[in-house]
Amino acid sequence: MQEALHFGLPDAEAVGRVDYIEQARRLRRASSASSHGLPLTIRALRKSFGDNEVLRGIDLHVPAGQFVAIVGRSGCGKSTLLRLIAGLESIDAGTVSFGGETQPEDIRVMFQEPRLLPWARVISNVEVGLGRDRASVGASARAEKALIEVGLRDKRVEWPAVLSGGQKQRVALARALVSDPRVLAFDEPLGALDALTRISMQRLLERVWGEQAFTAILVTHDVSEAVTLADRILVIEDGRIAHDVTVDIRRPRERGSADLAALEGSILRHLLNTADSP
Amino acid sequence: MSLTESIARLRGPRLPRADGLIPWIVPAAIVLIWQVACATGFVPARVLPAPSDVALAGWKLLLSGELARNIWVSFWRASAGLLVGGGIGFAFGLANGLSQLSSKLTDTTLQMVRNIPHLALIPLVILWFGIDESAKLFLVALGVFFPIYLNTLHGIRTVDPQLIEMGRIYGMSDRELFRRVIFPGALPSIFVGLRFALGIMWLTLIVAEAIAASSGLGYMAMQAREFMQIDVVVLSILIYALLGKLADSASRALERLTLSWHPAFQKH
Repeated sequence: MQEALHFGLPDAEAVGRVDYIEQARRLRRASSASSHGLPLTIRALRKSFGDNEVLRGIDLHVPAGQFVAIVGRSGCGKSTLLRLIAGLESIDAGTVSFGGETQPEDIRVMFQEPRLLPWARVISNVEVGLGRDRASVGASARAEKALIEVGLRDKRVEWPAVLSGGQKQRVALARALVSDPRVLAFDEPLGALDALTRISMQRLLERVWGEQAFTAILVTHDVSEAVTLADRILVIEDGRIAHDVTVDIRRPRERGSADLAALEGSILRHLLNTADSP
Repeated sequence: MSLTESIARLRGPRLPRADGLIPWIVPAAIVLIWQVACATGFVPARVLPAPSDVALAGWKLLLSGELARNIWVSFWRASAGLLVGGGIGFAFGLANGLSQLSSKLTDTTLQMVRNIPHLALIPLVILWFGIDESAKLFLVALGVFFPIYLNTLHGIRTVDPQLIEMGRIYGMSDRELFRRVIFPGALPSIFVGLRFALGIMWLTLIVAEAIAASSGLGYMAMQAREFMQIDVVVLSILIYALLGKLADSASRALERLTLSWHPAFQKH
């Protein structure tokens, strides 16, 4: 599958990017004993809302630093799984663990809506992400660094109301990144954006993940997004993991290339088949 | 800077002054027509004195110090009543917006009391307090209580739950959540309540002063009626209009200051 990447001319920017990403990841791995991300282990996880059993026993291990995408039809339980991982809902049965003690700042969530405080300047919104450290001396410097990361330094004193949808989502990303999280959970973060903004946001996500090496959990209904970004794709059906697909395609992945399209097609077929046979 | 931006900047300073004058065109025209109608005898002075006569009456009262004293007394009553009633309304709004228990305990009672027209209490209030300051204070406070209570409550209950969830995820304490998310979110609604309250504040005060007072603008107007000084009666009415406008402008200025983040208050 890796051979397939060599036809078609990758653009110069993409080539520069992959060197950067690969280098950063290699440095991370070399410098510390393990990568920055935390491993995630889920055992026999169950969750019901009233009589409706949404998750029926999920078992999953995600190695540190992996980029996992969770896809599935609406109502399959993928968002619930993400909310349980992020600690936003109580667990009925089973366990979610990150291989040791975690601080609240270690695990961050990004939602489909940016959820920025409209009455706080962009930089203050990012400072919110520091959690307990937001009153500390270096808070605004760290927030500014996170804004530079997402390319919005010049918007730091603007109100969120004047930003575009994509810019708001980048501020939300900066807010999630500012505490240097070790697990980042994304709940359809690009679902409300237009196609072009979505592609540039995907590149941004891939870049920061490459640089900071956190463990990424992405819930999406967009299979092509999952195929482009993830190391591994989980297909959820009826509250269980129906397929666990490793995406063995080298980065940078070229949108529209034959191997991505083939993989996307096969995952879509999985999803559609289950829909046709009740 | 683009060309259109530089043009906008060049024009910028001249526009606000012209904009500021536009709202005064209609009142100025009304005064002018009124003056002409009186001067030509179209409107007899018994029915409506000319603006110049009203101004003269105002000047005389100003010189005697009576006008300033009465305005001051009314202004003091209005603001004290607003502060007390508004403060209590705000406190109940916060308590009932934030606590289920408090809401269950007091909201029904407050809704029942709300449906009594507060001016209907005037006879009772006179019996309780006589005609001294506490009677007026009580009535104004009662009048402004409800709009501030209802709008504070509404503002807090309609704060975006997604923002509250966000605040909790990012580890905000209850106090911080209130200060950074709930209160700023409720503020636009609280201001709506304040502006309603200002209207009710003047209305209540006029009625209370006209019925039971020995000083203040309402009293001045009622005294003038006794002595058939129609120019002073008209003067009092005009001063009420001006004070009402002043209070509204003050609350708008406060709104602009605190809600500068709101798209409705942003300059483009």
